[in-house]
Amino acid sequence: MTGILLLEQALNGLQFGLMLFLLAAGLTLVFGIMDMINLAHGSLYMVGAYLIASIAAASGSFWVGLGGGVLATAAIGVLLELTVLRRLYQRDHLSQVLGTFAILLMANEAVRMVWGSQPVPMAMPAALAGPVQLLPGFSYPAYRLFIIGVGLAVALLLYLLVTHTRVGMQVRAGASNREMAQAMGTNVRLLFTALFAIGAALCAVAGGMLGPLLAVQVGMGESILILAFVVIVIGGIGSIRGALLGALLVGLVDTAGRTLVPVLFGQLLGPAAAATAGPAVASILIYVLMAGVLFWKPRGLFPAH
Amino acid sequence: MTSSFQNQPASVLDHRLDLRIAIPLLLVLAALPPALDAVGERFYIGVASRILIFALAATSLNLILGFGGMVSFGHAAFIGMGAYTVGILMQGGVLSAWVAWPAAFVVGGLFAFVIGLVSLRTQGVYFIMITLAFAQMLFYLMVSLKTWGGEDGLSLASRSRVGLGLDLASDAQFFYVVLGVSALAFFAIARLLNARFGHVLQGIRENETRMAALGFAVFRYKLIAFTLAGAIAGLAGALLANQGNFVSPALMQWSQSGMLMVMVILGGVGYLYGGLVGAAVFLLLEEVLVGYTIHWQFGLGAVLLAVVLLAPNGLLSLLRRRVRA
Repeated sequence: MTGILLLEQALNGLQFGLMLFLLAAGLTLVFGIMDMINLAHGSLYMVGAYLIASIAAASGSFWVGLGGGVLATAAIGVLLELTVLRRLYQRDHLSQVLGTFAILLMANEAVRMVWGSQPVPMAMPAALAGPVQLLPGFSYPAYRLFIIGVGLAVALLLYLLVTHTRVGMQVRAGASNREMAQAMGTNVRLLFTALFAIGAALCAVAGGMLGPLLAVQVGMGESILILAFVVIVIGGIGSIRGALLGALLVGLVDTAGRTLVPVLFGQLLGPAAAATAGPAVASILIYVLMAGVLFWKPRGLFPAH
Repeated sequence: MTSSFQNQPASVLDHRLDLRIAIPLLLVLAALPPALDAVGERFYIGVASRILIFALAATSLNLILGFGGMVSFGHAAFIGMGAYTVGILMQGGVLSAWVAWPAAFVVGGLFAFVIGLVSLRTQGVYFIMITLAFAQMLFYLMVSLKTWGGEDGLSLASRSRVGLGLDLASDAQFFYVVLGVSALAFFAIARLLNARFGHVLQGIRENETRMAALGFAVFRYKLIAFTLAGAIAGLAGALLANQGNFVSPALMQWSQSGMLMVMVILGGVGYLYGGLVGAAVFLLLEEVLVGYTIHWQFGLGAVLLAVVLLAPNGLLSLLRRRVRA
């Protein structure tokens, strides 16, 4: 019984962690290369989820929605980069915080104008709606397995792109020393617009995949943005490897905290304590993790610089 | 070493409280309640109190962010802890402001001291994130403590009692008390910034290594400034709890810390009046836009974006540039 519970929670944590990684990857590269704090990154996740939900509803196909929404979000990301964000690269962190916070407010309101304040329902593809029997006596939702598969595939693809291609080499060079990369002939400007398109697309994938599980609503980008920041700080800013490890760590700790801590507290301290202290400790756990990591490793687990 | 700092003529490190600005400003603010009363807009007395409270909170953040270079992303937590101090004391039957407000000041400072002790080991973005982490911990702690209302928050039975023939239940009298407390705190912050402590703090902001090499206990200065800022935020929280007669974890959410930061950046980071101007402009803009459209946040975002692109160092930098030109 406990073994199966643990397995189920591990899979849930893996699934959540991989989705966090999709967001954290774009965020950490933007941060690592351009030294740019982008609070509007979560807005792309939200816009992506809305676009995918709408296109899927209009076309009647989850897959058409996913493809169309991802492309559209990438285009919006490029547009945002060319019109506004590009002007903020050379500025200090505080200007970037204010500027991207302004974009975040406008994105939330624009979404509310187009889709209204009510959450937009999103159905998972019918073929994946049922459970799959993994072990005798243990079945797991097929859709969640599918998310894990997509997450792993995208992570692998991204890893290969960054470590084994010329573009990836330039990205890594830019992340560890932008001036030097520029001097060696990398067109950082162009590279960066492309990177932003990829980051936005990854946001949309995460938004579209999580859409049927969580609510597609205004403000959905903010809470996950904070988690993505937590992830890249734990992993070490600018490091893809750090982002992956950080995301899995946060995903697992968060999921484990929500399900296992109340059980643990219940057995150790009784049901009353579990009901009051359990949820608090569970929510706090990832922040304790982050504070602990930064206390011992003030630059994260895999500092890129 | 001390004399070289104290006897220096006015420098870029000085941020004197120009009395030609401070006194008229104080007079205008003091005339606000009767003026609003005369035109039948009493509602705005409450708005004015709120603006003053947020100006105080933003100024305390500016002390560490603007003058100490410490970008704290968890400042709302200290406001929240100050507010809860008032709420919890009131639940326990302590109504006196003379007990509750100093207690809020001490509680805010105490939490800031402990959090600063750990956070100040890190730098830059890592500092931003670790302060955020601690604020989130306190947020979730208050969400889960059902004794004090949990997620729903605490309603306060009444406003605190100050005695002296004042009744805080009256919005106008409450405004004057807030004005008095804010002005006093603002004055104290200005004095501190122009004293040796403030100069050292700004020196640390400019070049920490150099200040350490000069023999200053950098960590101690930063920790004292961080603690003081937390304490003042706690005091602002006490006033805020009284203003709305309500305390909830929403006060300490990360978006609240972000909003305080936006106020400071909007007004002018490292300008004495930066927090005040930022809080006033932000909250008034919100007030005005809400009257025009339900999509006021879009307008607010557009204005903020315009400020970032056109006034890189905040609104007050525009003023200074024009004065110099």
